Amino acid sequence: MSGSTDWPLWEVFVRSRRGLSHTHAGSLHAPDAEMALRNARDLYTRRGEGVSLWVVPSSAVTASSPDEKDPFFEPSADKPYRHPTFYEIPDGVKHL
Amino acid sequence: MTATAAEATAAALALGDDALVLSHRLGEWAGHAPVLEEEVALANIALDLLGQARVLLSLAGDEDELAYLREERAFRNLQLVEQPNGDFAHTIARQLYFSVYQRLLYGELATGSGEFAPLAAKAVKEVAYHQDHAEQWTLRLGDGTEESHGRMGRACEALWKFTGEMFQPVPGLDLDWPALEASWLELVADVLERATLTVPSGPRTGAWTAGAGRQGVHTEPFGRMLAEMQHLHRSHPGASW
Amino acid sequence: MTAMTAMTAMTADTAERYEAVFDAAVAADERIEPRDWMPEAYRATLVRQMAQHAHSEIIGMQPEANWITRAPSLRRKAILMAKVQDEAGHGLYLYSAAETLGTSREELLDKLHAGRQRYSSIFNYPTLTWADVGAIGWLVDGAAITNQVPLCRCSYGPYARAMVRICKEESFHQRQGFELLLALSRGTPAQHEMAQDAVDRWWWPSLMMFGPPDDESSHSAQSMAWKIKRHSNDELRRRFVDICVPQARALGLTLPDPEIRWNEERGHHDFGPIDWTEFQEVLKGNGPCNEERLTQRRRAHEEGAWVREAAAAHAEKHRTTPPARTGHGAPQEATA
Repeated sequence: MSGSTDWPLWEVFVRSRRGLSHTHAGSLHAPDAEMALRNARDLYTRRGEGVSLWVVPSSAVTASSPDEKDPFFEPSADKPYRHPTFYEIPDGVKHL
Repeated sequence: MTATAAEATAAALALGDDALVLSHRLGEWAGHAPVLEEEVALANIALDLLGQARVLLSLAGDEDELAYLREERAFRNLQLVEQPNGDFAHTIARQLYFSVYQRLLYGELATGSGEFAPLAAKAVKEVAYHQDHAEQWTLRLGDGTEESHGRMGRACEALWKFTGEMFQPVPGLDLDWPALEASWLELVADVLERATLTVPSGPRTGAWTAGAGRQGVHTEPFGRMLAEMQHLHRSHPGASW
Repeated sequence: MTAMTAMTAMTADTAERYEAVFDAAVAADERIEPRDWMPEAYRATLVRQMAQHAHSEIIGMQPEANWITRAPSLRRKAILMAKVQDEAGHGLYLYSAAETLGTSREELLDKLHAGRQRYSSIFNYPTLTWADVGAIGWLVDGAAITNQVPLCRCSYGPYARAMVRICKEESFHQRQGFELLLALSRGTPAQHEMAQDAVDRWWWPSLMMFGPPDDESSHSAQSMAWKIKRHSNDELRRRFVDICVPQARALGLTLPDPEIRWNEERGHHDFGPIDWTEFQEVLKGNGPCNEERLTQRRRAHEEGAWVREAAAAHAEKHRTTPPARTGHGAPQEATA
């Protein structure tokens, strides 16, 4: 079972209450957008966690590297000199 | 027209048994659904129905006594809801037929002033979701692959003969039953047509004058279902759980 | 030195620096996110562990679902259905977390079905009576929670976040199990006996859920260094025993180990030796239900194939290009 019958992956965004923006809750599989919305309702809001949902095909997400706050995912790892571990310090030197 | 107390109790039993029995059948899917997302969806529907059943049965008496200690002939649910799950298509066809009925029925009850109005107002929102779930799957199975089209068509045919019973007037529920039936036929036909399926043409009721579920006359699988459901409770008379 | 070897040398040098950055982040208790560089072995360990965890959730539905149709009151039936539903949901969260590392759910399910990936051995034991549902909630979920709470601080972000959600939802699982057993223990003599029998059968397998003793655990040291794991098997097992002893007393039930007693000096309970032969046998596939669990899982998957294919075919037929956006439109919203 693979190929065409694998349902695509969707990213789910939940607005937990009015006045807040949608935040990423997780992902799920669904054959199409309508089913993705319904599955998202069941999976991510079954304890009343949301008032509104967005679903986006995972493949439609363009990840812009600098947006990710982690200091060292791949693209920023090409500037390892920004990290203290880049520099070799002789043994015995403390508090640096 | 006001319903007598006995009529109201009988009506609560009829609606409560529908919800109880269908919830039980959907619960049988746990661990067997075609995809994980559907495990969650079917359980949601089963839980909504069980919640409705508990409220309704409590109007008629003690919920556990009614669920666990009545004999088969005392249950007043429709034969449709007791039908075994079959394949996923049968479950979806059963869901479609019943949820459209339940939505129309509760929609009417919610606007009235009877004792079922508060319950119906809450339930109708749940049921709208059940109907949507059934409709979405009917469209996908009907207009999916050749195999799914065949299975869905056969399921709709097989359960058709249980759909006439839904519109037998239930004493205590003051509704325009023929109008309800006309709306049901129209809504179901619309979904089936969009799903590229043919509306079944066979009879919608059985030929037996003894009646059907609302008269306490059930189908063979129901006895086995009750045996399983009631066994543990009945094995420990008077125990609390 | 030729230009070629100089370049290779530089790449190796860069990899070393990436690794240093990774190590520093883990040491500083920062989270690793999907697109970060990570050692291959870290990635492989995570995929293996998240897959095993996800598989355990969905196989774990079976022993409890076994009692949904026989639950002895409507209240208990609703609770049990909601719990089994949660387990499907937890499986979904975990498969999603594993997918952030580029392994599809389909791939992981195929491995499970082929017997190439494991699930927790505890689910290879049968649920013989209604009290087993309570024992699973109290002991098996209790052990799982003891294991899982530290995972909320696991170094891999998506796994930690999934665990936060799971732990929050799971808090009711253990309580309902305890409450179920309490009702039985205080019920009729037959009910009390049923509860005691279930605890007798589930106690030792629950202790085995923490894995082999520390000196025999092959993956532990590396996982601790990577902060995928925060406490050793034996440490968590001790914690669990300490939690259970007073709870068993409150239940009015005994734990089937005559050697359990408080050790003032160690500040923990001593307990008897675990029969690791049984553990190894169940792990090898000789448990009471290994065959049934996997067979049911495979059957559900195979019998559902036509449904999944139908939905995919329908989506293909009705694929529409998204309408052109005019102006600053928000995506269509659905009310949940």
